Amino acid sequence: MVKNVIPSSYQEALKILASGKYRIINGGTDMMVRHRNWAETPPKFKQDILHIHNLSELNDISEEEDILRIGGAVTLDRLLAHPKTPGVMKECLRLFASPAIRNVATLAGNLANASPAGDLILILYLLDARIVIESLGEKKILPVDKVVTGPSKTVLMPEEIIKAIDIPIGVAKQTYFVKVGGRRADAISKVSFAAVYSFDSDVLKDIRMTLGAVNVTVIRDKAFEQTLIGLSKKALMTRKPDILKHYEPLIRPIDDQRSNKRYRKRVALNLIGDFITRIGG
Amino acid sequence: MNEITFTLNGKKVTLSARGDTRFLDILRKELGLTGPKEGCGEGECGACAVFVDDRLVNSCILPLAAVSGSKVLTIEGYRQTKRYEILETAFLKEGATQCGICTPGMIMAAQNILSQNAHPSEEEIREGLSGNLCRCTGYNMIVKAIRRASKSGDGPW
Repeated sequence: MVKNVIPSSYQEALKILASGKYRIINGGTDMMVRHRNWAETPPKFKQDILHIHNLSELNDISEEEDILRIGGAVTLDRLLAHPKTPGVMKECLRLFASPAIRNVATLAGNLANASPAGDLILILYLLDARIVIESLGEKKILPVDKVVTGPSKTVLMPEEIIKAIDIPIGVAKQTYFVKVGGRRADAISKVSFAAVYSFDSDVLKDIRMTLGAVNVTVIRDKAFEQTLIGLSKKALMTRKPDILKHYEPLIRPIDDQRSNKRYRKRVALNLIGDFITRIGG
Repeated sequence: MNEITFTLNGKKVTLSARGDTRFLDILRKELGLTGPKEGCGEGECGACAVFVDDRLVNSCILPLAAVSGSKVLTIEGYRQTKRYEILETAFLKEGATQCGICTPGMIMAAQNILSQNAHPSEEEIREGLSGNLCRCTGYNMIVKAIRRASKSGDGPW
């Protein structure tokens, strides 16, 4: 029978995880559904479960210089309410599931779940988030794109826990976020697009674009973004066909119950095009 | 098995069960509180909504372990309040209830909306109800009921 442990301290949690036998429930709004059983029966977990919601070490949001450090068990409603949470993340959070789910679901949980349609993962890529990963006696900090490796796949080992997520703040003030779902609220994305940018009068100073749900993980091409920096608005508009041509082969969606390849690809390209027109037109 | 203690509608409860048991099953089967309903069983319809430490949650996807040491309020406890009476009257006046399955969750969501903002706009009400499905009313009557409650209940909220 599956064993459930509610540790009384963070150190105890690390010791329990060191056995390599436990899975973490961090909110559980996805895990409980994924392992759902018949009505009125407990979920079917294959591994023992560690519950971490009550650990104070994981429940802080703190500011260190220009970094916002979000504890591993911080729920999305708290993130939405925090004055320092970046605007583009708030835009995403407002459309994320529903109030009752945001009261339980966590940022670290959304990341560890590593769904290609995970909206907040998009924002973590966009803001160059760094992930603080800890196990008994070891700590490392990895950029988010080195953590997610594929659909439901991350580099996280069973002994490890996401202690916190570091987000640089005050990066780019101008934001653009679009989520395409079956309905406006409480929907899983068919396609999502997030961008931040800034101009110095007519010169593009920063531009970052991310696409979700159209490949095994988030699409972001930092090297390509660099080639756009320094362009004037007019030059950016002239480059629009090149930009679309560049992203076209990167967009490799699948058919599933929510949408299909053709629709996803078309919409993803339309969103990039619309974004460029809005900022350069 | 885990021994879990929490406060349920003002009374202390201790029970022994697996920590990953769905909290909805504990409420309905172990404790006999059948106000919270199972609609979708995956956090989409809000019929199972309860408050845990004053925060609205879907009990069908909440593991029992998560309520350890917490204060839980279900529709059965909320019924005893003045706010409930105001909402009940408003729901009746506006015809906001038909088959009734979604109603306990709608009432809890309404309380959640009004406790955060005593005078919500229509948009704010709709956002607050975004995690609750109703297949009968088409929502407009529910939205109207919450607007009515916000007007008639100036004091309580």
